[in-house]
Amino acid sequence: MSDPVISVRNLCVEFVTRRGVLRAIDNVSFDIAKGEVLGVVGESGAGKSVTGSAIIGLIEPPGRIAGGEILLHGKRIDNLPQEDMRRIRGRKVAMIFQDPLTSLNPLYRVGEQLIETILTHTDLSPSAARERAIALLAEVGIPAPDKRIDGYPHEFSGGMRQRVVIALALSCEPDFIVADEPTTALDVSVQAQIIALIKKLCRERGTAVMLVTHDMGVIAETADRVAVMYAGRVAEIGPVRDVVRHPLHPYARGLMGAIPTLETDAERLTQIPGAMPRLSNIPQGCAFNPRCDQAFDRCHVERPEPIEPQGENVEPGHRVACHLYTGGEGAR
Amino acid sequence: MSGATKPYVTVRDLRRVFDVSRPWLNRVLENLPKAYLKAVDGLSFEIRKGETFALVGESGSGKSTVARMVVGLLPVSGGDVTIDGISMTGHHDPAEKMALRKRIQMIFQDPYASLNPRWRVERIIAEPIHAFGLLKGADVTKRVGELLTLVGLHPDDGKKFPHEFSGGQRQRIAIARALASSAEFIVCDEPTSALDVSVQAQILNLMRDLQKEFGLTYLFISHNLAVVRHMADRIGVMYLGRLVEVSEGKRLFSHPRHPYTRMLLDAVPDLGMTGRERQMVAGEIPNPISPPSGCTFHPRCPLANERCAREAPAMLDGVACHAVEEGRSA
Repeated sequence: MSDPVISVRNLCVEFVTRRGVLRAIDNVSFDIAKGEVLGVVGESGAGKSVTGSAIIGLIEPPGRIAGGEILLHGKRIDNLPQEDMRRIRGRKVAMIFQDPLTSLNPLYRVGEQLIETILTHTDLSPSAARERAIALLAEVGIPAPDKRIDGYPHEFSGGMRQRVVIALALSCEPDFIVADEPTTALDVSVQAQIIALIKKLCRERGTAVMLVTHDMGVIAETADRVAVMYAGRVAEIGPVRDVVRHPLHPYARGLMGAIPTLETDAERLTQIPGAMPRLSNIPQGCAFNPRCDQAFDRCHVERPEPIEPQGENVEPGHRVACHLYTGGEGAR
Repeated sequence: MSGATKPYVTVRDLRRVFDVSRPWLNRVLENLPKAYLKAVDGLSFEIRKGETFALVGESGSGKSTVARMVVGLLPVSGGDVTIDGISMTGHHDPAEKMALRKRIQMIFQDPYASLNPRWRVERIIAEPIHAFGLLKGADVTKRVGELLTLVGLHPDDGKKFPHEFSGGQRQRIAIARALASSAEFIVCDEPTSALDVSVQAQILNLMRDLQKEFGLTYLFISHNLAVVRHMADRIGVMYLGRLVEVSEGKRLFSHPRHPYTRMLLDAVPDLGMTGRERQMVAGEIPNPISPPSGCTFHPRCPLANERCAREAPAMLDGVACHAVEEGRSA
């Protein structure tokens, strides 16, 4: 793999509350290469969105990055002053949010919002910026962009609004985009259009994308690699095909079995008992151990580190944080 | 299931029109006509006893409006709903209607909004029991305990308030409430859309177990095709207030006939990653206030011709499409 665009090294994010410090992200590491889509899946509260916000420098107090590094093209960006980070955000890294209605300002025409972003980050003249905005709207598939550019957000449908948000994210040709649940608010037919659009733009421009979603189907369709998160930790990470077809971590296996699909005919869905632990109450050792039917003594005391399992028939780069694969007593 | 028996629920030519006009003064000053939205436009289907009938469609297709009319939460603008031989809409003996109401319950999408936050769970679950005067005194407490156990919670959970439970547990409480009056027919409006997948699996499994145990009949509303495929015996696909296709569950997925159904199936992200070629879905669901003429799907349909733009297709043999009728669909 060539040099990664984004490297996250042992990232920890904490929230200071009255009832103590909650660790939302605990020792998370991954890389994303040029033109690669890393899917991040997990259930609510797994820390997917917080990871995205941390990379882009949008963690607000009482949250704080408590440890680890975030590197953009090998340079640290997690410790930059606010002003410097602001210059990078939008120019080098951008974000697509879940709800297109709340991420656009309802009082400004979409064109003004696009042009403002372009003018802030480039030296273009206002008329050239407008040209550029129209070209962007055309690129994301908005019909009659020269007319629609003067429309207000409420005049666009959900899918069209999300296209505008994508145009906004692309406006300065960033190297890295965090897409946080970009299709969750949309209908399936529109979702398919938006997924195809993100894939196409990523391939053509070589943008690295971190795609955060709870929908495994979207990941299978879009991502090159996938990270499965649980209780603020990465449980499993690897090439998407390998993880979806041969998940190793008991949580990932349960998750795949729990999803009804259009192909399989299961009488009953796999059921993972219980629910994700609260951040204030993450169990000792492996965070999944109370729900895991294969847990043994070691799982209750020692936290597993992500490793590439030996002897298993897995593709390189497929790593799992589970004692079943670390060898020694109790392992298979 | 004896397929030839008479249907349990019969919906005939169901209609619902919403008045979405501007206020009177605006209409007078701006010279605007009254505006109406046909949310449900001539819908007919039947549900047999003990089966799960699913309605699937995109947002704005009128699924939830149908659900609300079937349970009687929303008056109908036209057509008729008959449940077990008793018309919900026509003039029937009020006592008979009341007895029927007891047998119908609904589960809503958002378990955070459908449970009263100021009531204890035991009071929430006992509400149908009190409303229909089914049990009294200690029997109520006992019954609530039984119901909580049935849905996988502890009888002591009845003392808690809804905010002490997670989304999945709240949905279990909603299911317990639906079962409290020994309902036979449960209308489920997107019961798992607000839940995580592992919790969704728990709830779907629970709903199936209860159906087997009590012979429940479900009207299951969802936008998620995979969930519908897992749950339903028969499926109706809705588009802009009309049914475009009704089919046996698995058959809809192996042999979709209506172009809209095909398009919808093509759009579902493919977890199996079979790398199948897909036809890109064009356009979005149009504005229901001014729907397209003829077949409302024709502007997005690859098989449309001028007849489709002129004439609304009738439901023939489970599919409402001129192209299928004329044999133009390959």
